[in-house]
Amino acid sequence: MTAPELRSDAEALLEVTGLRKSFGENHVLRGIDLLVPAGSVTVLIGPSGSGKTTILRSLNALEIPDAGTVRIGTVELDFSAPVEKPAIARLRAQSGMVFQGHNLFPHLTVLGNVTEGPRVVQKRPPDEVRAEALALLERVGLADKADQYPFELSGGQQQRVGIARALAIRPRLMLFDEPTSALDPELVGEVLSVMKDLAGDGWTMVVVSHEIRFARQVADQVVFLDGGVVVEHGAPADVLDAPVHDRTRRFLHRLIDPL
Amino acid sequence: MEPGSTADLIRRSLLPLLSGTVRGTIPLTLISFVLGLILALLIALMRLSPVRLIAAPARFYVSVIRGTPLLVQLFIIYYGLPSIGATIDPFPSACLAFTLNVGGYASEVIRAAILSVPRGQWEAAFTVGMNYPTALRRIVLPQALRVAVPSLSNTLISLVKDTSLASTIQVTELLRKAQELAAPTYEFFTLYAVAAAYYWVICLGLSFSQARLETRLDRYVVS
Repeated sequence: MTAPELRSDAEALLEVTGLRKSFGENHVLRGIDLLVPAGSVTVLIGPSGSGKTTILRSLNALEIPDAGTVRIGTVELDFSAPVEKPAIARLRAQSGMVFQGHNLFPHLTVLGNVTEGPRVVQKRPPDEVRAEALALLERVGLADKADQYPFELSGGQQQRVGIARALAIRPRLMLFDEPTSALDPELVGEVLSVMKDLAGDGWTMVVVSHEIRFARQVADQVVFLDGGVVVEHGAPADVLDAPVHDRTRRFLHRLIDPL
Repeated sequence: MEPGSTADLIRRSLLPLLSGTVRGTIPLTLISFVLGLILALLIALMRLSPVRLIAAPARFYVSVIRGTPLLVQLFIIYYGLPSIGATIDPFPSACLAFTLNVGGYASEVIRAAILSVPRGQWEAAFTVGMNYPTALRRIVLPQALRVAVPSLSNTLISLVKDTSLASTIQVTELLRKAQELAAPTYEFFTLYAVAAAYYWVICLGLSFSQARLETRLDRYVVS
């Protein structure tokens, strides 16, 4: 299965403008603008509390921002006005999400996890759904685990099932919320490698991650956030290797040398 | 066996008491439990609502049911309602009282079970396109069930025994049958002991089914 958008198509698939969000007195997002061209990979980095996860969760309305707009393809949601449930559903259908803690459905088999959305929500023909799910599991290297339950898999395998489940709803955009942060170090590679393959196939991806090497190799755009604003953004070579802002430099330094 | 002996009395009581069990106690239990669970789910979802106008009546309901004796609830329905113009037959009265009672108690169990399912499960369900009812039905309730089964089994076992209260409003169930058989002979000890044995056997069967159901529901969790 190839990505719906090819990398050559330069029009922005995702456009975020003026995103604001407060939890009480805590201003998590203070006006975020973001452009993600179709077929490109954007990696969001920043210290904890910088708002990166909140941005990601706003893209599928798991978090409802106080103001701002999110457009994915032709579907746009303006959060300045109260948002209606059907509009949220339309926006959610545009993206697939991979969670930090995988959030697989423990009572369903691996195959059941992947087919649940297409079968129950999208009501596509069972044979087609099954075949496509098996192909997706093949792609993340887990075709032989189709009939097992999530608890029987390793953390890396669970996360790869999570990727297959997200792809199964045929999204236009893939969202990754710190997909390797909860994994043992030796399992990180297998998940990043699947993500790299997806990027190679032309998937549009927004990734919250601290994996600087992944960002350097795979990202088209790196966005550094701090205190709810975009401090700087650009090609990985610019932001990661020649940051303009002191805050970016300090963050990257801490990441590479925590002591 | 000489007529009039205790053994003979037990033998002659077995069939009438079985009939009281099969035609009174069991249907009363099943109807009240099934309807009670439906009511309980409704009350639990109301209590989980962020809208106070929806949550408050549910909280009030649970408080009243848990704060008043079941026998009093039964009397209000059977003896009390006729005085305001609503006369209900004994069996439906008992069904109604037990349904309302199970609805109150089981709603707390179901609410806690739903809350025990991690928030991330809801979110994952939403991201594959589900709305609230579908996420509840397909993802959250199946997991909540695993948590709720031990407590709901207790509710069911209590209910089996509580149905004996229906004997006080002329419902022909197990205990009432035993009373009717004992009255002319004064053999209260023997007949009530046989009735107790019937209750015990039912509850043993339920405990056994509970253990099997728990094993089945635990198949997807690390042991």
